[in-house]
Amino acid sequence: MYSDKVMEHFKNPKNTGEIPDADGVGTVGNPVCGDLMTMYIKVKDDRIADIKFKTFGCGAAIATSSMTTDMAKGKTLEEALKITRADVATSLGGLPPVKMHCSNLAADALHAAIKDYYKKQEAATEVKK
Amino acid sequence: MATTKKVNMDYAAGKPVDPRALEAMLPYMKSSYGNPSSLHVAGQEAKNALDEARIKVAELINAEKAESIIFTSGATESNNLSIKGAANRNKDRGTKIITSSVEHMSVINPVKFLTTKGFEAVFIPVDKFGILDLGSLEKELNDKTTLVSIVYANGEIGTIEPIKQISKIVHTKNAFLHVDATVAAGQIPIDVQDLGIDLLTISSNDMYGPKGAGALYVKDGIRIEPLLHGGGQEKGLRSGTENIPSIVAFGKAAEISKQEMQTHLEKLTKLRDRLIEGLLTPLPYTFLNGHPTNRLPDNVSVRYSFIEGESMLLSLEMNGVSVSSGSACASKTLEPSHVLLATGLKHEEAHGSIMFSLGRENSLEDVEYVIGLMPSIINRLRAMSPLTPKELKV
Repeated sequence: MYSDKVMEHFKNPKNTGEIPDADGVGTVGNPVCGDLMTMYIKVKDDRIADIKFKTFGCGAAIATSSMTTDMAKGKTLEEALKITRADVATSLGGLPPVKMHCSNLAADALHAAIKDYYKKQEAATEVKK
Repeated sequence: MATTKKVNMDYAAGKPVDPRALEAMLPYMKSSYGNPSSLHVAGQEAKNALDEARIKVAELINAEKAESIIFTSGATESNNLSIKGAANRNKDRGTKIITSSVEHMSVINPVKFLTTKGFEAVFIPVDKFGILDLGSLEKELNDKTTLVSIVYANGEIGTIEPIKQISKIVHTKNAFLHVDATVAAGQIPIDVQDLGIDLLTISSNDMYGPKGAGALYVKDGIRIEPLLHGGGQEKGLRSGTENIPSIVAFGKAAEISKQEMQTHLEKLTKLRDRLIEGLLTPLPYTFLNGHPTNRLPDNVSVRYSFIEGESMLLSLEMNGVSVSSGSACASKTLEPSHVLLATGLKHEEAHGSIMFSLGRENSLEDVEYVIGLMPSIINRLRAMSPLTPKELKV
């Protein structure tokens, strides 16, 4: 059902866990639907210096989370915001059609984490003013 | 994680044909290929084989006579024939059909289809173990009810329904009782006369016969109409030349199941109980689905909080173990199992379910192997999960 690449990321997912002092955190999905992901990012000089994820979901959900963190690590925030769900699926050698929508949320979680970072930055700037 | 050990614990999805049943069917595909409707010798040979298979299937369920067995293409056809056949044939007496919320799709969908043809359908709820609410059945049953269709034992959570009590209630009115015994027949003793069953669905593959064969027991005097019209085979209830090779093997599988039932039942029950204990004991937030004792000897359905079934299934597969999941993520519809939801589980709980179905070939070694694998699989997935006891209120 899954490509070798998906199975590889499911077996040995990259960047699992939490970053307690993360600069941005993004959560998408819902346990009711069977998929829930949280992405944590650490930002340095406008680049994603570190990234980790926690995911409740099927094999595809875990593999897309892992792949997304791999793709985003080291990229500038602007570059990372351009990573799409389709990019993640393509990098994994494709996903079964039924999984394209429900389990392919990791790019959204990444974007949510970056937006959270921007929001926190704004708030910090406001305070300084 | 490379391993050569292979353990099948998904026998509910498909079973191998018993070698003795396979042996029995082969001549009917090679030399004895006659049509039982022909009057010559080859035809009569086929007719005799058909009669003999009918007797064996009838004996398995203690049918009053062999002629009460109608051969079909499998459980789905038997359920359709029974439900549509009884509902339509008895429409003059009433249009209310009662079934349960934990039936197989081959019962649910014919019943739903009938609601588009002027019938009324009621789905009786079950308790947390999956046992039918008898009070609701009593309340819903009325003079307009012609058919009540209830599963003998549940294929997903293993719960065995109180059929004798259900039969007593159903027969206080002028309704027929259809029982879907697809996964139960051949595994546990069923006596249609003692239980008061009017129509009973039986599957060949579920008792180690070939796929593509099944039967419907139709008690004498129960009126149903056919789905297929044609040459009038099977007392006019199932036209089409009989699938003699598969029916012969089905008959043989029924005979073997009856003879060896006690042995398999005892062995499987031991394996089942050890598997349940071995899965539930070492890990917190782990639960059994279905009834702890009133359950099929081959069914172990459990759920683990905070993680999702398909990822467990894949992890087991990586270790050579085949299982099924009750999670939406492993299904075509993306909905979790309606059976698990009917027992009161929340969506996120149903997602964490996994089903082991044992077979005659499983050993204690297989069971211990699976028990040994689970903790690291579950702990790995839980470590990756953002969910905690607090969020799920477990």
